[in-house]
Amino acid sequence: METITIREALNRALRDELKNDDSVFLFGEDIGKHGGAMQVTANLYNEFGPNRVIDTPLSEYAIIGAGIGAAYIGMRPVVEIMFADFITLIADQLINNAAKACYTTEGETTCPLVIRSTYGCGARSGPHHSQSLEGMYMGIPGIKIAVPSNPMDAYGLLRGAIRDNNPVLFLEPKMMYGVRGEVDDDMPIIPMGKARIARTGTDVTVLAYGTLVPKALKAAEKAEKEGISVEVIDLRCIKPFDEDAILTSVKKTGRVIIAQEACEDGGVAPQLAAFLSDKAIEYLDGPILRVAAPNTPVPFSPTLEDYFVPSEGKVMDAIKALVSK
Amino acid sequence: MEKTEEKRLATPEQMLEMYRWLKLTRDTEAGMVAYHQHTPITELPHSSLGQEAVSVGCCYPLREGDLVHPSLRTRGAFLIRGISSRIMMAGALGKVTGAAHGKSTSHHMGDKASGIVVGTGCVAGNVPVAVGTALGTMLQGKDSVTVVFFGDGACNRGDVHECMNMASVFNLPIIFVIENNRYALTTPASFHSRVKDLASRASAYDIPGVTVDGNDVMAVYEAMIEAIRRARAMEGPTVLECKTYRYRRHSEREPHDLRPEGEVEYEMEHNDPVKRYVAYLLENGFATQEQIDAIDASVKEEVADAFRFAEESPYPEAEKYFWTNVYAED
Repeated sequence: METITIREALNRALRDELKNDDSVFLFGEDIGKHGGAMQVTANLYNEFGPNRVIDTPLSEYAIIGAGIGAAYIGMRPVVEIMFADFITLIADQLINNAAKACYTTEGETTCPLVIRSTYGCGARSGPHHSQSLEGMYMGIPGIKIAVPSNPMDAYGLLRGAIRDNNPVLFLEPKMMYGVRGEVDDDMPIIPMGKARIARTGTDVTVLAYGTLVPKALKAAEKAEKEGISVEVIDLRCIKPFDEDAILTSVKKTGRVIIAQEACEDGGVAPQLAAFLSDKAIEYLDGPILRVAAPNTPVPFSPTLEDYFVPSEGKVMDAIKALVSK
Repeated sequence: MEKTEEKRLATPEQMLEMYRWLKLTRDTEAGMVAYHQHTPITELPHSSLGQEAVSVGCCYPLREGDLVHPSLRTRGAFLIRGISSRIMMAGALGKVTGAAHGKSTSHHMGDKASGIVVGTGCVAGNVPVAVGTALGTMLQGKDSVTVVFFGDGACNRGDVHECMNMASVFNLPIIFVIENNRYALTTPASFHSRVKDLASRASAYDIPGVTVDGNDVMAVYEAMIEAIRRARAMEGPTVLECKTYRYRRHSEREPHDLRPEGEVEYEMEHNDPVKRYVAYLLENGFATQEQIDAIDASVKEEVADAFRFAEESPYPEAEKYFWTNVYAED
């Protein structure tokens, strides 16, 4: 057992996959000598050289396209898009090429590509470097989306994403790179689509991912002191999400909250709510509640941004509201 | 497919082979347009009639292992690279014998064996992917060349510029072929760009930009030989602009043709790539009329057979094919 940060875990995952598989290479802006805007690729350039850790011009269309084309012919590229706000720029390539190739070639051409990016608010970075845009891609068949919330998962999910034969959007919570956690000596590789029970409970289920996982866990601890037993499911992969894990928990507790940092509309929470309405409505003892950011841009000033962020307190409020119904 | 040695000049046998591809492309496209008049083809024809010399001159000198990213006017590329006219036609009709059991249109199909990389209906969206296949083969230590086709309209998309720059920066083995047919749907190239030759944009990335008569098979072929040599020797990318002309409207559904009256007829009369190539072959003694006639007859039979095959093929059964391969297996 040792304690490492999410940043170190991601760096290790990349190193281990670079070592493990010659077809893996990293591609992106300032990821080489500089080590990436978030320093996730630090030192990998020195270890693996410029043909495995490749600095690129500032050209998101070309970066994503290069990753897709290389993936089509047997490479396993890991491209970095510096901020998740810029995944807007990769939309055409991701939606019209990466997500379709397997289907339109009946499986002959696959796209084992990982797109790493950093998302989320709290860094006082303003409306264009703080967003959670994963919802944009929830409705695109052919894409997978993973979001880690702790070092063990960061390591295992990133390696799992690289080994997956589909395009995976891998979103790293910007404010959590320094979060430390205990990790096993032999950390497992986690396949896409498997949730984790972060905390067991019997009264309420909180479905969360990324930054909302630690917030939900803290809220659950407080709730316990008030006699409410909360189960927290860390989705880890939001597309495809783990239907079995979600249904098992919700059938047990009968109450469910979906917590996300993204705005309320058009993302994971509405998708899961629709899923629960279809598959679990008869097990529910109350409404499906959402904890999410308001439908506004992420404001810059600290007082405004703090007002925007879905907090532990908002999760707590939702828990209390649900059990009182 | 047959391997072809790269030479400065093609042998008469190669020239005749190129003629066959040219004629097959012409007759396939003409056949589709004619067919569509009485029985609408499921895949709305976006005809490359008039532009056939670009596909032929560019793809004929390629080798096995080279990668081709066609545009929607590069039908000849599929044929030359080894995809049969039967499969192309069945694909256009949405039949189970077409690409991916009818999941993709014939225009955007991919086929690994022939080095045709799966495409996109989003014009110029194939260009970033082509940078990726060129990067990939380079990292893999192969001597493959990537060729990507796109039109004068697509030239104005931002990613084309990003890609030319990136290809230059990494010295990628890629050839950007601009099929300049003078119109982006209805918008004239003279309106949408202020440069005389679109290939001149290559100078912004310090790579060679070559403009050729795209209706002259041999001119395209010879320019391509040099571009391929450069790419294969890892000397870097080339932008090859082929000036050509589209006979049909953008698609067979366009209500208007805004081109000047008489322009299409003039081009068909004076600048037709097939007529010009036949004249070139005959005048220089590279072929006899009998050889041309024999090729024409065999092409006619092949196209008729392709239509027959497509018509007789069934549509895909939804229960069997609909759900498969949305995601790749582990």
